[in-house]
Amino acid sequence: MDFIFSHYNYWITIFLMMVGFYIVISRGNLIKKIIGLNIFQVSAFLLYISIGAVQGGAAPIITEGVELYSNPLPHVLILTAIVVGVATTALALALVVRIKESYGTIEEDEIHEHDHSL
Amino acid sequence: MIDIVINIVLLAFLAITAIAIVRMTNLFAIIMLFGIFSFLSAGLFVVMDAVDVAFTEAAVGAGISTVLMIATIALTKVQKEKHTGKHRPWLPLAVVIITGATLVYGTLDIPAFGDPEAPAQKHVAPYYIKQSIPDTGVPNVVTAVLASYRGFDTLGEVVVVFTAGIAVLLLIGGKRTKQSAIKKEREKDDT
Amino acid sequence: MTHNLILRVISKFLIPLIILFALYVQFHGDFGPGGGFQAGVIFSSSIILYALVFGLDAAEKIIPTAILRILASLGALIYASVGIASIFSGGNYLNYSVLADTPVAGQHLGILLVELGVGITVSAVMLIIFFSFVGRSRP
Repeated sequence: MDFIFSHYNYWITIFLMMVGFYIVISRGNLIKKIIGLNIFQVSAFLLYISIGAVQGGAAPIITEGVELYSNPLPHVLILTAIVVGVATTALALALVVRIKESYGTIEEDEIHEHDHSL
Repeated sequence: MIDIVINIVLLAFLAITAIAIVRMTNLFAIIMLFGIFSFLSAGLFVVMDAVDVAFTEAAVGAGISTVLMIATIALTKVQKEKHTGKHRPWLPLAVVIITGATLVYGTLDIPAFGDPEAPAQKHVAPYYIKQSIPDTGVPNVVTAVLASYRGFDTLGEVVVVFTAGIAVLLLIGGKRTKQSAIKKEREKDDT
Repeated sequence: MTHNLILRVISKFLIPLIILFALYVQFHGDFGPGGGFQAGVIFSSSIILYALVFGLDAAEKIIPTAILRILASLGALIYASVGIASIFSGGNYLNYSVLADTPVAGQHLGILLVELGVGITVSAVMLIIFFSFVGRSRP
């Protein structure tokens, strides 16, 4: 029982990761694929923060009378990764917009058909 | 104790939202669910004491990226995801289950969640927490590490954000050339 | 667009507060949660709210895209030039301790400047991205 509670976080994180992965490899719609990638990304963030969490620790802002803090290093890494993530997501969405403009569709199958018919 | 309960409930909500995202085909609903997903994960970051991260995730994930995705469906005028029926779900499902099982096997060795004696907590983090005030005079350790100890890293991240901005400008920033205008140009070149 | 009276009134009331909060997060990031990344995103979200309610043209009048492009590069330049300033003051690249009389004061100044650069770049890039996406739908 203790073991389940102490690893529950990691398992749900892996489950979310796999849901994102499944969307990316099984769906043809490009916008949905990008959302799948984003779910994968958020679950990677959750994994990092879970590893940095300390039971009974405080947020890493130094206050008098507090001894135990969470690990600040994963917070720093993920903080920057989130902002970089939205910038790269925007880049992917811009590519989708351009694909729609030149192919007239954002479904992967139809794009392949279009390419083969040339 | 209450932390653990909130943690478990939020994680369960996240899993349910993710499954709903897989099953939906209406893109607008999917995007709104993704906003909810981001917001739930922001709540989870607060429970795990990562206040700075939660702050960013709430502003970025639930705010800006939702707006950008809605702008994309407005531009592409695609409302629904098409199910062609050509895809067999079994192969991707098998790949996902095998990968997931391998990863779960890997977690069996990981130290328990929140263990203060875990190796990750013993490397550089105690130095940062102890030296932040004497070195930089900044009580928020995350800011001190972000801007000072790992300043070079953050410079790289800022440049990545800047480059992504330039790339978006190059891709869709300019005036849109109509397909008919391109055709006219080509005809002109031919004659 | 002309009939959303409640939206217009509420957003006119909210936008200054959001900008004020962004500034608070920017300059109070040393002591509480916050910093350049968050402040940049919050600031850009206030302009995005304005653009959503009052239209893109009105928003581009407040912050023209030409200025945004300059700001985006300016932020990264501020960050990099703090590093160069610390080289000329006799330290390593991005070692802020040499920027002022005492190392702690130098670190404080360096962190403030660097976070300012981050905030400017992030807010400008977010607005550039948003304006590009929305401007694309113009006929």
